[in-house]
Amino acid sequence: MIKRGYYDGFGGAFLPEILVATFDELDNVFTQAKKEPAFWEKYKDIMSDYSCRPTPLTFAENLTRHFGGARIYIKREDLNHTGAHKANNVMGQGLLVKRMGKTRVIAETGAGQHGVATATMAAKFGFKCTIYMGEVDMMRQRPNVFWMERLGAEVIPVLDGTKILKDAINEAFRDWVTNMDTTHYVLGTACGPHPFPEMVSFFQSIIGKEARKQILEKEGRLPSRVYACVGGGSNALGIFQGFLDDPVELVGVEAGGLGLDSGRHASRLSSKDASIGIAQGYKTYFLQNNDGQMRETHSVAAGLDYVGVSPILAQLKEKGRVRFESATDREVVDALSLAMKKEGLIPALESAHAFAQAFKDAPHLSKKDLIIINQSGRGDKDIFTVADAFNDPAWRDFIKGKAEEYNA
Amino acid sequence: MLESYLLKKLQKKKILLMTHIVLGYPSFEDSFRIIETMVNAGVDLMELQIPFSEPVADGPVILRANQKSLAGGATVKRCFDLAERVVGSFDIPFLFMSYYNILFKYGVDRFTQKMSEIGLYGAIVPDLPPEEGDAYLKAMQKNQLAPIFIFSPTTLDERLEYLASFGDGFIYCVARKGVTGEDTNFSKDLNSYLARCRKATKLPLALGFGVKEKKDIDFLKGKVEIAIIGSETIRLIDDKGVGVVGEFIKSLKI
Repeated sequence: MIKRGYYDGFGGAFLPEILVATFDELDNVFTQAKKEPAFWEKYKDIMSDYSCRPTPLTFAENLTRHFGGARIYIKREDLNHTGAHKANNVMGQGLLVKRMGKTRVIAETGAGQHGVATATMAAKFGFKCTIYMGEVDMMRQRPNVFWMERLGAEVIPVLDGTKILKDAINEAFRDWVTNMDTTHYVLGTACGPHPFPEMVSFFQSIIGKEARKQILEKEGRLPSRVYACVGGGSNALGIFQGFLDDPVELVGVEAGGLGLDSGRHASRLSSKDASIGIAQGYKTYFLQNNDGQMRETHSVAAGLDYVGVSPILAQLKEKGRVRFESATDREVVDALSLAMKKEGLIPALESAHAFAQAFKDAPHLSKKDLIIINQSGRGDKDIFTVADAFNDPAWRDFIKGKAEEYNA
Repeated sequence: MLESYLLKKLQKKKILLMTHIVLGYPSFEDSFRIIETMVNAGVDLMELQIPFSEPVADGPVILRANQKSLAGGATVKRCFDLAERVVGSFDIPFLFMSYYNILFKYGVDRFTQKMSEIGLYGAIVPDLPPEEGDAYLKAMQKNQLAPIFIFSPTTLDERLEYLASFGDGFIYCVARKGVTGEDTNFSKDLNSYLARCRKATKLPLALGFGVKEKKDIDFLKGKVEIAIIGSETIRLIDDKGVGVVGEFIKSLKI
């Protein structure tokens, strides 16, 4: 094992022996690519050509006026191809897959965004593609399943465990230990064994690099705060990396679910319910019981209900560099509603967690303060969940009508 | 301690049989009965798996046994209790098998001390490479327990030797890529791999993953010291119930 990737005691590479050689190969290829300035340039070109980068930094004039505090900017990762920051990581790993000469990619997906992004990358680069998705998530995010399949990917429902993101990760690993000669596992977030946390953060750092440049161009100064939602942590690390060395407060917002007291949430760094453990190949804070068994998590957002969290964020939490908060399902739906009505923006339910916390803080900041919210993805994928959350009667009638049409 | 026991046994038998069960599956009482049956049918040593919610290296058969055991109320404490009863009742070596989080959360020192008090011989922890295993290796050594390390067909020669330098008791050779419970092609292809394993260590070799019938074990005679049967007995229990285990073990005619 070449390198283990530790962040003050978090991270590591707790690998079954069968995968050690595969990780060594990946680590070598990634380390080499990272050193080459031309590789980053090529990556940037692809992201510009294929995925609308740099994504805009939008001034939210109406929300700013509404809260009467800080000036609110929104980093528009929703405008990436496939509608989320997931495209950044996926295209980057796709370039590495080409270097390694592999012909097949596999991925886990929770909300489906990472699965769709991986399926587009596979189509573009000519790889075979298999996506593992928990059965519960397939129900929640059926439109993304449809797109993955249309894009030529095989979507395998995961029926074991809690049937959500972590279980999909386990299944992807089980595929990989058999097929590593031809296959690369495109892990979707900054978690898992080294080099994944470092590699995914590296590709996502494009968000923060752009955002820092853009805010300086627009305002001539740095923001007071930057907000991002935290599932595994890749969009948060992406934007935070642009401001780590600046006097900027970084705020990560986790899924508060039905409230921290309810026990039905996915807050690993902002609640007292998580403890340090080792699972899925790395060491971090996990929502687990005293025996070390992972617990069930809950969030209205399928992309945030993960039991673990990036070891890099765990380190930043311990260092006090990032403040972690949580937003409840209810607060998130309200924040989404306000963003839509005031700005015509449709953040994903995941991203709306960052909006919810920013909305709590904005009125207490001065008019000189600038804040950036990372809109990590777009919300139209959530139409079924959001329609249910709004209890929209017209939508319900439409679905009933559609079902009758199919039955006829 | 484990190695000398194995060598002594090997003076009388050409190959030894190690079996595996998931503690608490289908129930703790059944676990005890299965172990009793296996010992009476001539099994030489056993690995007792403490269930974990994320058993990444295990295939569907053992994965579901893990889940059902946990759903039935398995805890680490109940596993220790059963292990204590088992070690007190039967005169063969027992090992724990589990994922590292189980040991880590319990406290590695406390966990290994308890293993030693109970009289277990060692442990197999498939997600703990020696690079991450400092605390574990020290604690195992202190308590005179054998840390069983795993060789795989993708492991390079140099690393086989590196792994062997931390191992004790025997080396667990994984027969092929993939997870537990899938078929293995027992053919000449295995020979060059096993020759590489043999060259890397003086410890006895055990081979597992895909071993499920007499002809597999016959093939392994003279090639390794221990054959490991894992998923197959659980699959049998799933299909036909606990009662058929004894007959199955006897059919292997070790």
